[in-house]
Parts: sequence; C-alpha cells; structure tokens
Amino acid sequence: MRITVTVNGEQHTRDVEPRLLLVHFLRDELGLTGTHWGCDTSNCGVCTVWLDGTPVKSCTVLAVMADGHEVRTVEGLAHGAELDPVQQGFIACHGLQCGFCTPGMMMTARWLLDHDADPSEEDVREAISGQMCRCTGYENIVRAIRWAAGHGGARGTADAGTEPAPGREEVRA
Amino acid sequence: MTTTEERPVGFGRMPRKEDARFVRGHGTYVDDVTLPGMLHGAILRSPLAHARIVSVDTSAAEAHPKVRAVITGETLAGLGLAWMPTLSSDTQAVLATDKVRFQGQEVAFVVAEDRYAARDALELIDVEYEPLPAVVDARRALDPDAPVIRDDQEGRTDNHIFDWSAGDEARTDEVFAGADVVVEQDMLYPRVHPAPLETCGTVADMDAITGKLTVWSTTQAPHAHRTIYAMVAGIPEHKIRIISPDIGGGFGNKVGIYPGYVCAVVGSIVTGKPVKWVEDRSENLMSTSFARDYHMHGGIAATKDGKILGLRVHVIADHGAFNATAQPTKFPAGFFGVFTGSYDLAAAHCTVTGVYTDKAPGGVAYACSFRVTEAVYLVERMVDLLADRLGTDPAELRMRNLLRPGQFPYRTRTGWEYDSGDYPRALRLAMDIAHYADLRREQAEKRERGELTGIGVSFFTEAVGAGPRGHMDILGLGMADGAELRVHPTGKAVLRISVQSQGQGHETTFAQIVAEELGIPPEDVEVVHGDTDQTPFGLGTYGSRSTPVSGAATAMVARKVRERARIVASAMLEVSPDDLEWEKGRWFVTGDPDQGRTMAEIALAAHSSLELPEGVEGHLDASCVYNPPNLTFPFGAYICVADVDAGTGQVRVRRFIAVDDCGNRINPMIVEGQVHGGLADGLGMALMQVIAFDEDGNCLGGSFMDYLLPTSVECPSWELGETVTPSPHHPIGAKGIGESATVGSPAAVVNAVVDALKPLGVHHVDMPLTPAAVWRAAQGRPLRTDLAIT
Repeated sequence: MRITVTVNGEQHTRDVEPRLLLVHFLRDELGLTGTHWGCDTSNCGVCTVWLDGTPVKSCTVLAVMADGHEVRTVEGLAHGAELDPVQQGFIACHGLQCGFCTPGMMMTARWLLDHDADPSEEDVREAISGQMCRCTGYENIVRAIRWAAGHGGARGTADAGTEPAPGREEVRA
Repeated sequence: MTTTEERPVGFGRMPRKEDARFVRGHGTYVDDVTLPGMLHGAILRSPLAHARIVSVDTSAAEAHPKVRAVITGETLAGLGLAWMPTLSSDTQAVLATDKVRFQGQEVAFVVAEDRYAARDALELIDVEYEPLPAVVDARRALDPDAPVIRDDQEGRTDNHIFDWSAGDEARTDEVFAGADVVVEQDMLYPRVHPAPLETCGTVADMDAITGKLTVWSTTQAPHAHRTIYAMVAGIPEHKIRIISPDIGGGFGNKVGIYPGYVCAVVGSIVTGKPVKWVEDRSENLMSTSFARDYHMHGGIAATKDGKILGLRVHVIADHGAFNATAQPTKFPAGFFGVFTGSYDLAAAHCTVTGVYTDKAPGGVAYACSFRVTEAVYLVERMVDLLADRLGTDPAELRMRNLLRPGQFPYRTRTGWEYDSGDYPRALRLAMDIAHYADLRREQAEKRERGELTGIGVSFFTEAVGAGPRGHMDILGLGMADGAELRVHPTGKAVLRISVQSQGQGHETTFAQIVAEELGIPPEDVEVVHGDTDQTPFGLGTYGSRSTPVSGAATAMVARKVRERARIVASAMLEVSPDDLEWEKGRWFVTGDPDQGRTMAEIALAAHSSLELPEGVEGHLDASCVYNPPNLTFPFGAYICVADVDAGTGQVRVRRFIAVDDCGNRINPMIVEGQVHGGLADGLGMALMQVIAFDEDGNCLGGSFMDYLLPTSVECPSWELGETVTPSPHHPIGAKGIGESATVGSPAAVVNAVVDALKPLGVHHVDMPLTPAAVWRAAQGRPLRTDLAIT
C-alpha cells in the first residue's frame, strides 16, 4: 500500500505491507532509530511517539493507520539546535541511564507539559505509568519532567501544531 | 572526596557526556545498525519443554522467495557447531539436534531478506516432536523416577549437576546443638528475568575476502565473547572484532553467548552477507539468562538474649536445561558463600546442590553479584525470623550483632575477607532518616485500628569487583582488566578501557577518574570502550566490577602518565624529577611554585624536540593491567515501609530508605541513579516478578503481560543516605555500586510485608508478594509461587 505520513513536519511517501508496524516504518523505512522496539504488547512504551498530537505506542499501530496523519518522534523534539526543556531536564536531573526508554518517556513528558504546566509528582507518575524504565527507578525521570516544567517546559510546541498549554504564563512568571 | 560542584575537575557531580546523543534519539543500539545488503535472521523455537526431535522439514521454508538460508541443528553439526561451551564448562545446544529441553529452545534459524519474511518462513518449517515428560519442579529433579534431561552426556542417569559447600559443618552443628534458640525456614528466591528494555541481538558480518568477522552485539563482555568465538568457531582471534555499541540495559542478561549470536555468525558465513538477528520480548524472557531459582532451607541459631551464633542453609539450585551460569570457576554457586552477611558469627555452613530442569539456562544474571542477592535475602530473612521468635525489634537485633568497625579487615566463617566497613553507622543513619521510633509508634496505632502496616529492615554486605586472578577465572580467563591512556600534544586525552557501559555512564565517570589524577577537565578525556579492536583485554561489565577493577586500572594508568609527565617537566625546567611536586594539573619546583608546567605544556613538550633524559621515550602515554588483590565489599542499610490491604492482599510500598556505602564516590549523581534503579528492581522482585511454569513446562512469564515489572506508580520516591568508608586496597578507595540496591532491597520489602501480616500469625511469605500470594498467606494457605501446580 502507498502511504504518506508526515513525520516531524516532513512528508514521506512509501509503499508498505499492510501489516508493517509503525515502529518498524519509522525505524527501518525512514531511518528514525530514536524510537525503539521493546515488547510488542504495548507494555513497555519505548516505542512511544505522537500520532496527531497524542502519544501512542507505535508497536501496536500499523503504518497504514498513520497514512495522512502527523507523527512526531524524539528526533522532532528539539527546536533546531536548542534542546527542548524536557531534553534539558533529563540531562540536568540524570533522568536517563541506558537511554533506551528515554525517547518514549520524553515524548510523553512533552505531551504532559503541553496539557499541564505544573504537574505534581503524582501527576507525572501517572502520566508515565504506561512506560517502563529499568535503570532509574523512575525517581530522576519524575524530577526531570518537573524540572522541565519549572524551566520553560510548558511553552507551546508550534512545530507539532499543539495548542499552547494552559497555565503557561504562570510557569514563565 | 566528593563535591557538589557542577563542573568538577575530577570527582563530583557532573552531567553525563553520553546524554547529548541519547536525548536526541541518536544512540546507536545493535538494532540501529544497518549494513549494505544486510539480511535478517529469525529463530524457530520449541513449543514443548521436553521432547525428542523426530524430524525437521525445511523444504517449504527454503522455497520461500525471500529466504536465503535455513540452518538447522544438523547443518551446525556438520560444522561442529551444534553445541557450544557454556561459561560453567557445560555444553549448550546452539540448535537442537536430539531433543528439546525447554520451551523456547532454539531449533532452526532462517535468514531472509527482511525481518517479516524471516518470521513468515518459520511458519513453514515442519518439526515433528515426540513429547517427553518435563522436569519442572527443582525439588523433584533428583527423584529416582525423574526423566533424565541431559542424556546427551554419556553415562548420565540423573539430573544432578554439582554439590558445593562452604564453612564448617561440624562446628556449625555443634553451635546449633548448644543454642538456646534455633529457627528454621524454607524459602524460595523465585526465578526472575532481568528484562532489559533492549532485547538481545547481533549483527554479524563475515568478510569473505579478508576473513575478518565483525560482530555488533548486545554484550557486556566483548573481549570474553571474542575469545570464546575464537575457541568455538575456530576463527583466529585477531580476525574477530566484537563491537558492543550503546546497550539498552544489561543487568547480567547480556553476559553469556546465546545461540542467536552464533546462528547470525553462521548465517553471515553461509550467505556472504551481514545478518542481523534481534530477538523479540517473548524470546528474551523465555530463552535468555534467567536469575535466581534458589530453593533454600535456612537455619539460624542464637542465645536467648539475641546473640546470633550460627547460620546454615541447604540450597537446591535450579540451573535449567544447560548449566550456563556465568560464574568464577571455583564457585559453582557464585559468591553465595557470603551468606553469613554482615554479622559476627561463631559458625556457618552451606551446601548447594545444582540440578537440571526443563527450563531455560542461565543462573547468574540480574544485578546479583554472582548470587550475593540470594545470600543476602537468606540471611536477612533468617534474622527477621529470629527477631520475630525472640520478640525483639529487628533493627535492634541487627545493631546488636553487626560487625564492628574495629573488626575490619574481617575474615568470615566461610573465608571471605571484608575490606572495610562501619555497619552500625549506616544502620543508625537509615533509622534516623526513617524516624524509626516514630514509624513503630505509627504502626502500633494502625494495628489498634486493624490496619496492616509493616516496617522492614535489611542490612547487606556486597562482594564485588571480581576478581583476584589467583582465585577466579571464567573458562580459564583471568578476571583482570587493562587500561590505556594517551595524552595528545595539546593536552587532550583518550582512555581505552576493557569494560563497557550498558547505561552506567563510563564515558563520564572514567573521564572523571583521569581528570582527578591528571588535573585536566573530564571534557578533555575521551573514553573508548565496547570495541575489541580499539581497547585492551578485560572481562567486561557485570558483578559491579567496572569501578573496582577497570576504575582501578584507569587510576593506575593515569598515575603512570603523571609520572612520565614528571620526567618531561623535569627536562623542561632543568631540575631533577625529585625536586618536583604535584598539584592538580601541574608539576612545580619544590619551594618555587611559580616554576611549574601544566599537563598541556608537558604534553606538547613530550611530543616536541625537547631532549629527554636517557632511556625516556617521548610522547605521553601508558598502559596497565589491574589484577585486583581482593574483592571490594560495599554495604548498606535499608528500611521499607509497606501497607497491606487486608481485603485484597495488595501491597503498597509507602516509603523506602536506602543508606549505601560504596567507598569514595566518583560521581555521586550517577551513584544515586544506580541505587534508584536497583531499588526498583528489588521492589519488583519482591512484589511481582516471577518466571513461573505449569506442570508441562510451559513458561508463564513469556511477555510483559505476564511478567510484571514495576512502573512509576508502584515505586515510592526513594529516600537515600550515604556513608563513606573507602576501600583500603583500591587505588581511589572506591567499591562499586551497580548492584547493591538489587541485593539489599528485596529482603527489606519482604520483611516489611511479613511484619505487616504479623497480627495474622504470618511468619513468612515467598516472593513475589502478589495480592494472591499475600492473601493466601493471610488465610494460612501459602501459595507455591514458582509453579502453577496446585
């Protein structure tokens, strides 16, 4: 099947098998290997990307389901040369070790901060509870996301067409 | 020695150098490697736990238009590769020829043009099996009527692998006979799996013209793998290059050599193309190294006023179908001999009997320091059982029996020499952070109201940094590690190390060690690791050995370079080397501090036409091999607070306090991160993780739907504390931290839950403490958690 998917703002047209998973489409067809493949059962979340502005587990989405839609991956998280506050937070708070879960965690974190400018620790834990990390015990991931919230992390992410997050002014102040 | 400055020259907190690529999604994991013309492999696995192979028909698979090769056990037998040696001097089938011995065992390997086609072709292979009864229960494996699993071994009539013992049996019996109180308990440390989020995989590329084999592989021990490939496949070792790129977590899962690796190599040789094989999650959980599976019967003896006298344990160790445990040769039970823990005992004795079962091979894997995890769990549960029997507070009982600082170095009753420690200080700090007395008051109030709250204490001594070459080796390979350091003319340095990172942050911490020794910024030190063509030999990263062994090698090689720099500086300043003193980054003339040269100045001079003293070569580099004189022994005190829902058996860990002492900390941020991760692992093992089997040997933990791992909502916010007791024999006084928390935490969680259930008359519950297991224990009908057999 011929599909056209907009990934990180760029259109890609490919002929794919109907059964091809989105995660393999991104990795093997487009070479975007920042999105990882971990479990096939939607449990681990290392394959988390955005589909039309919402985090999904790309190991249980068919590439053909993304035809005509917009996907955002970790490669589309930075603003040019400038890292997104979420990325900065993961570095500053040591929110990653092996780095395998990190792209998926950051995509969910970005989404959370777009919808909640100042999430509590509990909110953050709930938001990432569908994803696993085997290295950090989650402690520093939670800190990283809250760090991002306090460092301009709630600003709109216009390149993915997302609505500005409510409460962003307060965070900036 | 630790600081909190943001950009240290040497030790201290600093962000990791490797993070820049990971947060951009630019890491390079094995599955990210794509080579021109690369083919894809997939493995056909046995659906049965024990069966004779009658026939394997691959004709339909071979006819698939995208299939390039189908490899079976028979193919490999023709090459002498159907079986390979394990790290425990046993053999393991690469692809089954005679029988399958566990569900998920490798039977055939397909090489195809893409990964989907390779999977399709597996469906086309027709294998006829003759089912055999499976041995699932380790406690029954030695029954006279048990089916013999390893009938490939000539003359074998049972499933017995080894008997091993440590300590003094007669003396221990004597102590037990004379003790006021003896408590005994059966307990299980269930089979678990490390489950790194990146599964195992490899890309093998045999260049038919040069004869050079390049293997990108998820390996924690690239140099050991190279040597073993050379031994197994007969490929000259200098023609093998193993690259261990970014690794998505290891935890022990990526120490051994798996059949898939070997098949990919054979696939590349057969097809003349690079072959990638990456297992899926079910394959990872069902076939690669499990951990634990220790069935223990423990006994503890004490006086009536709580002086612990002796400890003994008998273990039935389930090693699965092939004894593939990665363990130092002389210790088939790994370091289980440290089961005397942190206490001053009069006598101790253990026996371990290893058995074959129809389960996946493995044994030492999962952040366990060669079975210290099982040992610590045993002793810390026994101490709690004793406290329970004596009606003594478990923290108080431990405080009374812990080794005292003045007893170090301490030789244990089983022959280990603990290097240094201040155990009471660590336990006191943990109790202070927890507000222990307040917690006990709160618990009493809750009990009045009928609520179940428990407080669990554990104290552990780790044994890490394998190991002294005179006592330890793996397949004859000594456990020493090399380091090479070169300072370039402009004063920037490159360090090459034998260990590699699966997330530990070597590129940062090892640069910090060089920075500390040479006084140059860590940013100026490039760390090269994970490539056998570019690094010195060494046994790799597991058993928390990177800092104890390679960290020491790094400090030593940097000191060698510093001494070389001294000679160059003496030539530059026209003084004797003896007249020079070192301050961080600079040699200067004694009594005239203005007369000095920085490392950068010295480096340039070392590469210049400067006349050097006779016998001194130019340039500024050195290499060394570090052969550790002893293990290092980190320790810690953990306290867990858990609430139990009496109606459902649901456990919620409300607080967890961890005080760790790993000697001097190179980068405290990274140390704390590793502790956090280990605590989550320990909590997971205690509460939810188990690879169980049904009576036919079907694996019941073959996906993340069944094999549960802790998420952010089960984990509390970890509360850490630290004490620092440097190792006296390590060049920088460091000990190793990677596995401490995994070793120490499960007992704290179980002790907390059992403490919570105490009003219900419960004295022990086996892990994992699932709602069902807890509820059944509360009903007085405990579950066997490792088997789905009622």
